Amino acid sequence: MESPVVELDGVVAVLGGFPALAGATLTVQRSEIVLLRGPNGAGKTTLLRVCAGLVPIARGQATVLGCDLAVDRAQVRPLVGLLGHRNGLYLDLSVQENVRFWGATVGATPLEVDAALERLGLAGRLAGLSVRRLSAGQQRRTALACLVARRAQLWLLDEPHAGLDAAARDEVDATLRQAAAAGATVVVASHELERAGALATRCVHVVGGQIEAEPVPR
Amino acid sequence: MTSWRIARLVAGKDLRIEWRSRVALNQVLPFAAVVMVMFAFALDRLPRPAGAEDSLLESVAPGLVWLASLFSLLLLVQRAFAVETDDGALDALRVARVDAGALFWGKTLALAAQLAVLEALLLVTAVLLYGTEVRASGVVLLIATWVAATFGLASVGTLYGGLAAGARGRETLLPLLLLPVVAPVLIGATRAVEAALGTGGTAIADGWPWVGVVAVFAVVFGAGGTLAFGPLIDE
Amino acid sequence: MAATDASPGGTATRGTRLIGAAAFVGVAWLVAFGLGFSPADRDQRESVRILYVHVPSAWLAYLAFVVTAVASGLYLFRRRHSLAWDRLAGASAEVGVLFMGITLVSGMLWGRLTWGVFWEWDARLTTTAFLFVTYIGYLAVRRLGGSHEQRARRSAVVALLAVLEIPLVHWSVVLWRSLHQEASVIRPDGDVKMDGLMLFTLFVGIVAFTLLYVWLVIHRQRTLTAEDALDDAGLDAAIAARRAEAVTAPEAV
Repeated sequence: MESPVVELDGVVAVLGGFPALAGATLTVQRSEIVLLRGPNGAGKTTLLRVCAGLVPIARGQATVLGCDLAVDRAQVRPLVGLLGHRNGLYLDLSVQENVRFWGATVGATPLEVDAALERLGLAGRLAGLSVRRLSAGQQRRTALACLVARRAQLWLLDEPHAGLDAAARDEVDATLRQAAAAGATVVVASHELERAGALATRCVHVVGGQIEAEPVPR
Repeated sequence: MTSWRIARLVAGKDLRIEWRSRVALNQVLPFAAVVMVMFAFALDRLPRPAGAEDSLLESVAPGLVWLASLFSLLLLVQRAFAVETDDGALDALRVARVDAGALFWGKTLALAAQLAVLEALLLVTAVLLYGTEVRASGVVLLIATWVAATFGLASVGTLYGGLAAGARGRETLLPLLLLPVVAPVLIGATRAVEAALGTGGTAIADGWPWVGVVAVFAVVFGAGGTLAFGPLIDE
Repeated sequence: MAATDASPGGTATRGTRLIGAAAFVGVAWLVAFGLGFSPADRDQRESVRILYVHVPSAWLAYLAFVVTAVASGLYLFRRRHSLAWDRLAGASAEVGVLFMGITLVSGMLWGRLTWGVFWEWDARLTTTAFLFVTYIGYLAVRRLGGSHEQRARRSAVVALLAVLEIPLVHWSVVLWRSLHQEASVIRPDGDVKMDGLMLFTLFVGIVAFTLLYVWLVIHRQRTLTAEDALDDAGLDAAIAARRAEAVTAPEAV
């Protein structure tokens, strides 16, 4: 059995004096899609940011994609893709320019970029539109296309369904399943109860900065 | 990807964004022009003292041009980083682990390009509004000052802009940090331009030591910025 | 200079009590010599006594700046990134701002009494004013929030940038003022001829103020250490409270 993609053990993460994570323990295997559920303020966002190597660990152990986050959390960053509450796009550039830029940071060729746009249904007319003029769902898809172009091995998504209509949410889910099928690992924080069964291989409950595992009702 | 390519990528991205949104063109440039007009309101004394060669405005025109440039620099820097924080792109840049030195150079070059155009237009405004005259013999000195000062200001601006980006109270922190630091450029560039234009009878030869001061500033902060930018924008 | 065996009620130790006593004695001597024993200057008369405060303060302001810069460098460039250096840098900066304020105010008073002007654009005063503003900016950066390490790293970088910047400012102001030779008839300090006793008083002032600086910085650094420790100690309690949310939290959305 290959080593897990994410291994957190008793992780405490402090943000401005407040322990957003108070001893979180979680293991995620490759190609899993793990759904993080929990009330607001439970620590889901911090958990994702810890895995992305953005937030330092005050206590505990964390290994993501083979990188020890206590030693050097910057190392893991290029390997992951983090989609937070905002999309991380340049609003005045077009879809294609955005995906090209982010792809270029890992040396992706224009061909790879175009393939990513195809996969997310953003090729053609949409590609030339400035991001500012897209709908929320299209912007979210652009952000996902950037993750694809950056060849992220671990996808960390913070409420990717927020603000999207039903059709757009389905598209997001389809993309996530595709990514997992292609070998990436996906951790999604979401309030969407109904999606749990269809999307996730495993559901995990985050509350009080800690994690309780739950089997997915199938 | 090599650092130079990343720097070019980032600079190109910034300039392309400016080209699309035209914020510097439509907002900062008019602001700078308004500042020049306000200077005239505040400073032009009438009647001109008898026998005086230059009016007050003419004699302080070089300083006013650089002052207006500095105020505009504050806006340009805030805009350069607003682009990154608007949709959380700065976070994404951290995650992408884009080389901080290359990121610094990319943003500095884009900022320098915008600043250079702005300064040139401000000089034209001074010619129009203050009666400044540019003499041919001073053009080389003028260009040297322009290049060195623009570079120094863009480096320092990017550096402190990165610090202030994403921090609480960022708008008021940037001027407090940036304006004292750019004092050597203000002093040096003003004296150099005075020499180039012959304001108050200054000889051109007097201006070159000042260009030296500004150039040292540009080199120091170009190098310092490359090293310091990473720790400053990191979480 | 980490917090050692400070008494639980405060930050004083035997060492600081000694230094504090010495500083007190030094300042007492300074007052005695400055106000009493040293002669009035031939030209400036009694107003020269302000220099006994102004010059030592200026010396301390620059010393504090150097200490902050060196401590910042030691924080950044040592492998272990010990926060003690960061706290020393912060303490020194706070005390330094105080002495810079005293320098500027005493300089202005002296200039007003002696030459009739509050301010002169000479290199020393102008650079000190710049240092003052730079330090205020530095202290503002220290208060930006975030973890102790973030604060330390950001402010260390800003302090080291100031090390680069202040000589540049000084150099350009010196060049600038050299253009205005005729104004140098009025020079706020440096041209005063001092006889032996006056120089001695100045020396006493420098020593007394240095002791005062050391005493203040040690105490301030210990206070900062205690504040940081308080943040960390509160962490366990905060973690427990955080975990308690799991028990009382409503079922997930």
